[in-house]
Amino acid sequence: MSKNRDVFLEPIVDNNPITLQVLGVCSALAVTTKLGPALIMSLALTAVVAASNVSVSLIRNHMPGPIRIIIQMTIIASLVIVVDQLLKAYAYDISKQLSVFVGLIITNCIVLGRAEAFASNNPVWPSFLDGLGHGLGYSVVLIVVAVMRELFGSGTLLGYPILPTVTDGGWYVPNGLMLLAPSAFFIIGLLIWAVRAWKPAQVEKDQYRIHVVHRTEAV
Amino acid sequence: MSNDSIAKTLLVAIGLSLVCSVIVSVSAVGLKPRQEANAEAARRAEILRSAGLLEADTDVDAVFRDRVEARVLDLDSGQIVADMDPDALDGAATSTMLLPEEDIAGIVRRPRYVSVYLVRDGDDVDKVVLPVHGYGLWSTMYGFLALGADGNTVEGLSFYQHGETPGLGGEIENPRWLAGWQGKKVYGDGEDVRLGVIKGQVDPESPQSEWQVDGLSGATLTSNGVTNMIHYWLGDGAFGPFLARLRNGESLS
Repeated sequence: MSKNRDVFLEPIVDNNPITLQVLGVCSALAVTTKLGPALIMSLALTAVVAASNVSVSLIRNHMPGPIRIIIQMTIIASLVIVVDQLLKAYAYDISKQLSVFVGLIITNCIVLGRAEAFASNNPVWPSFLDGLGHGLGYSVVLIVVAVMRELFGSGTLLGYPILPTVTDGGWYVPNGLMLLAPSAFFIIGLLIWAVRAWKPAQVEKDQYRIHVVHRTEAV
Repeated sequence: MSNDSIAKTLLVAIGLSLVCSVIVSVSAVGLKPRQEANAEAARRAEILRSAGLLEADTDVDAVFRDRVEARVLDLDSGQIVADMDPDALDGAATSTMLLPEEDIAGIVRRPRYVSVYLVRDGDDVDKVVLPVHGYGLWSTMYGFLALGADGNTVEGLSFYQHGETPGLGGEIENPRWLAGWQGKKVYGDGEDVRLGVIKGQVDPESPQSEWQVDGLSGATLTSNGVTNMIHYWLGDGAFGPFLARLRNGESLS
């Protein structure tokens, strides 16, 4: 049982898909200008990872090796289309803001990565938990980034004014950089730094080390 | 049977494709009516917003039914075509390529027939809502422009689809900026469209201020795109002839 709990909890900080595995960064840059779309995107991705893990795990014993990636992609693509259609039907405004990024969940490495690395050789229940955990790990980062970007970029959270902006008669001058994609790079970079300072185990070993040359040696 | 045998591979591939296609088709077909209703509702809300009729608690359908009438306009003649159904209109089928020098708004093609919306107050038409679109910085911006029945006074502008940078060009959605369009005039003494977005703030003392709207800071190219869009759609090549008839006092009822 505690193994299942680890499978679920590990991806949230210890093995976070964005800060440790550095996957899914594209959508994390694109949909985090406002908190609302980021929440819906998190929900959509979590649903897709969990469902694709369950589906892949269900047929894992009948998976022909040579076409397994195609099979996983087909399952993921179908799930993403269903999610996209559901959003268009039940959350029209948000789906307009997310536009192409819902469709791009198909190419989100987190989803295919979990299907291939975990679900294709684990039973259904742990696979479901693994998908849920990775979805939540992605969501945590997305929400943190979106909160910072919306708060400092527009002075609002979920559309409610928190810092009254100058244009609405308040005192806060919005930071326009926060609304552009590069700011998400900075925030994600700082997050990775913070997480690795907190959990030094995540720090990667140097791939090379600069060799210190003493003057006497050079001569 | 081994998982990697040809028979098993084919079986799994075909089976999976069938299951997935059923799931995708069912969701696409089953949800279609709801999605179309959403898109239509969003468009109607935007038409009302441009005409200044949309409040937070407005019943969009009821107001639309009571006060708004969709009609088909022939851009070539500037006349409303009585016997065409605006719901069945396919603008793309009648569109023609624009010459590069005509195409100031970057829209490439212009339809011959478009749906316009007459907003009634009692029996009289007091506003006309015109669909407009033009290229901004990143992509085409789609919106509605509401004019008074005099064919010259702006009653409102709104955008329902665009890809401008959030916070910069995306401020074309900002209600405070859009409110600055109300009461502006389109034409001067002649036929030229004078309305446009300027750089910086409008000086209310200036004699030009009647035709000027505040620029969006940090979004000069989007502002220029909006100006070009207005100049194209209200110019001779598009709604100009129709609006000229309104300005000459022709009634629309």
